[in-house]
Amino acid sequence: MPVYLDHAATTPLSAEALAALTRELARTGNPSSLHGSGRRARRAVEDAREAVAAAAGAHPSEVIFTSGGTESDNLAVKGLYWARVAENPARRRILCSAVEHHAVLDTVEWLERHEGADVTWLPVDGYGGVDLEFLEGELSRDPGTIALVTVMWANNEVGTIQPVHRIVELAHAARVPVHSDAVQAFGSLPVDFKASGLDAMSISGHKIGGPVGVGALLLGRTVKLTPVQHGGGQERDVRSGTLDTASIAAFAAAAEAAAAALPREAARITALRDRLIKGVLERVPEAVLRGAPGTGRRLPGNAHFTFPGCEGDSLLFLLDLAGVESSTGSACTAGVPRPSHVLLAMGLDEETARGAQRFTLGHASTDADVDALLNALPDAYARARQAGMAGHESSIQTAGTIARQGRAAG
Amino acid sequence: MSGGVDSAVAAARAVEAGHDVVGVHLALSRMPGTLRTGSRGCCTIEDSRDAWRACDVLGIPYYVWDFSERFKEDVVQDFIDEYAAGRTPNPCMRCNERIKFAALLEKAIALGFDAVCTGHYAKVIEDADGNRELHRAADWAKDQSYVLGVLTHEQLKHSMFPLADTPSKAEVRAEAERRGLSVANKPDSHDICFIPDGDTAGWLAEKIDMTTGDIVDETGTKVGEHPGANAFTVGQRRGLKLGTPAADGKPRFVLEIRPKENKVVVGPEALLAIDEIRGIKVSWAGLPIAEVESGAEFDCYAQVRAHGDPVPATARMEAGEGGAAGQLVIRLTDPLRGVAPGQTVVLYQGSRVLGQATIDVARSLQRAAL
Repeated sequence: MPVYLDHAATTPLSAEALAALTRELARTGNPSSLHGSGRRARRAVEDAREAVAAAAGAHPSEVIFTSGGTESDNLAVKGLYWARVAENPARRRILCSAVEHHAVLDTVEWLERHEGADVTWLPVDGYGGVDLEFLEGELSRDPGTIALVTVMWANNEVGTIQPVHRIVELAHAARVPVHSDAVQAFGSLPVDFKASGLDAMSISGHKIGGPVGVGALLLGRTVKLTPVQHGGGQERDVRSGTLDTASIAAFAAAAEAAAAALPREAARITALRDRLIKGVLERVPEAVLRGAPGTGRRLPGNAHFTFPGCEGDSLLFLLDLAGVESSTGSACTAGVPRPSHVLLAMGLDEETARGAQRFTLGHASTDADVDALLNALPDAYARARQAGMAGHESSIQTAGTIARQGRAAG
Repeated sequence: MSGGVDSAVAAARAVEAGHDVVGVHLALSRMPGTLRTGSRGCCTIEDSRDAWRACDVLGIPYYVWDFSERFKEDVVQDFIDEYAAGRTPNPCMRCNERIKFAALLEKAIALGFDAVCTGHYAKVIEDADGNRELHRAADWAKDQSYVLGVLTHEQLKHSMFPLADTPSKAEVRAEAERRGLSVANKPDSHDICFIPDGDTAGWLAEKIDMTTGDIVDETGTKVGEHPGANAFTVGQRRGLKLGTPAADGKPRFVLEIRPKENKVVVGPEALLAIDEIRGIKVSWAGLPIAEVESGAEFDCYAQVRAHGDPVPATARMEAGEGGAAGQLVIRLTDPLRGVAPGQTVVLYQGSRVLGQATIDVARSLQRAAL
């Protein structure tokens, strides 16, 4: 079995979620139907809604089930923008952090290109934290023209936790709603929707031990949202479509389990993560930890480094060969590996950003996983570095190098 | 892996032979087109996904390696520069020389790989001493040894061409079908991959400064005007739009492009026949034969185009003076038409590729006698 250090990409299904999933998949019933089978399915969905609400610090009526984090982000950002513009056409500004996941980033860019949104990218500091002074300045500049603020709860690449409470305070003082993508935070940090004051918050099932393809948007009861998907009027008429009872039940089971285990698991994973960071920096002193240091500002399971002189891809390949699964952390735009927009926003140059590698721990991670990485890393790094040097000036003899050396006669 | 059927089957055969195989797709552009249009081109996201899918079926890892910067510099810019200098380059050869079997190979070796395996139709033979020779593929109709003629002995030592002995392309497609590879019926890619619509002249016109100039005949008399000398290739007949007809009333062809004077030289078909070629940037595909070392003349066949017929010739290496690189002098037994500076001449003995040179001068004895 390979050593899995990519829990931020997806986590293994928890035992509770698997039990709920298989139980519900074996049953029939549309939660919108009025007969017995429908009532039974509806019961499962509403039980799940209460469980997810409890785990996220929300009221059950604030839970809108979706197909996952990306849909939740689209629904929140587009829905809020359209609803706010419908109320007042002057509200075209979106304040969005520069380190968002593509689900938010690309949605905002789409609104800019197609719906006349005026986007301000909120800069971040060297750790990836949003510049609050800048945000305050933007909010004080004609606040009546701002549609929404969207800032993630914790970054998926470098694990930096954003000052969400403070951001909400500032935005609400200017009477601007706030959305937060909490996909990485939910299940790893104490996330309380009500206490946060957020208007909308995205969460996802498969990042916390639930199945892929299910998530939720937590939406304040008084928040107006224009639907993206129209149909049967399910989920407060905000998200139409037959509810996926089995996935929703499994998501709720995973959320309940994660919430119950959170204090214990957060401490365990943080200790494991700190050992991983220490070990990596000991074995490869050239490596640089990216994202916020210390526990308070960083996701418990996240360790992210840049390794000078090598490409993240090469390191990933060599670790994979050694049975350790990691990630470069950045999305593959058009199939071509590109330096991460998060690292660039943090002020790194392209060359440095190309050497990124992310190791993320989760509920299934053990000490043995960390040991395996620390054993495999030094060789993999040395080799990746060598490969990183290749491809600049050829050391292989080619017709071109022969011609340059002027010994074509052999 | 380009995403085509040849590289997919080559990878499948390498896996079956027991090698540890990893699929690599070369990203030659940072902003590839999303979908294929027609049969042309080879570098869209759809192609990348096809290559990925083949790797899934074969159960091997798949990576995209970004060589777009190197490609832009060493292949695309070289292509533009060569045309701007009035020469006719072969970008596929340049890519094999500098990207596939150099930059990519080098990175692969650093990562612990032994060889680059491709779907080229060509054959590598190893003698008892471990020396390698490059040969034509079993299927001469599909043979691609010409575009690999630029590989050196060191590059050949790290090359694998599993399609070498395949009797035909149809066989490769049938094998892909049998193996469950979805690219079995994918159309072949043609032309130059970075010119997706195949309009080389139009593409070049955007990159090269085109200035109108004179078209002159073989005696130097002006017979017309052209919109830019670089839009023409040697041997071209159409599109000359000559005002003055030839004395003999027969069609005229482009004999030569003189970029410095911005002139295009035209003349009768007979003057297109090339008898002697001088080649520079010479390389040998494996160890050079004895005559190369001694400077003696040797019999061979010369081929100047990927799908041109080889013609009998004699060749010899002429040592450079004062440390300058040597030149390859080739006398064609039967004159050859449409030979332009910048093209690559590849020499063969039987099925064996001896080596190659870039054509610097192509001489017509009849024209020289004028």
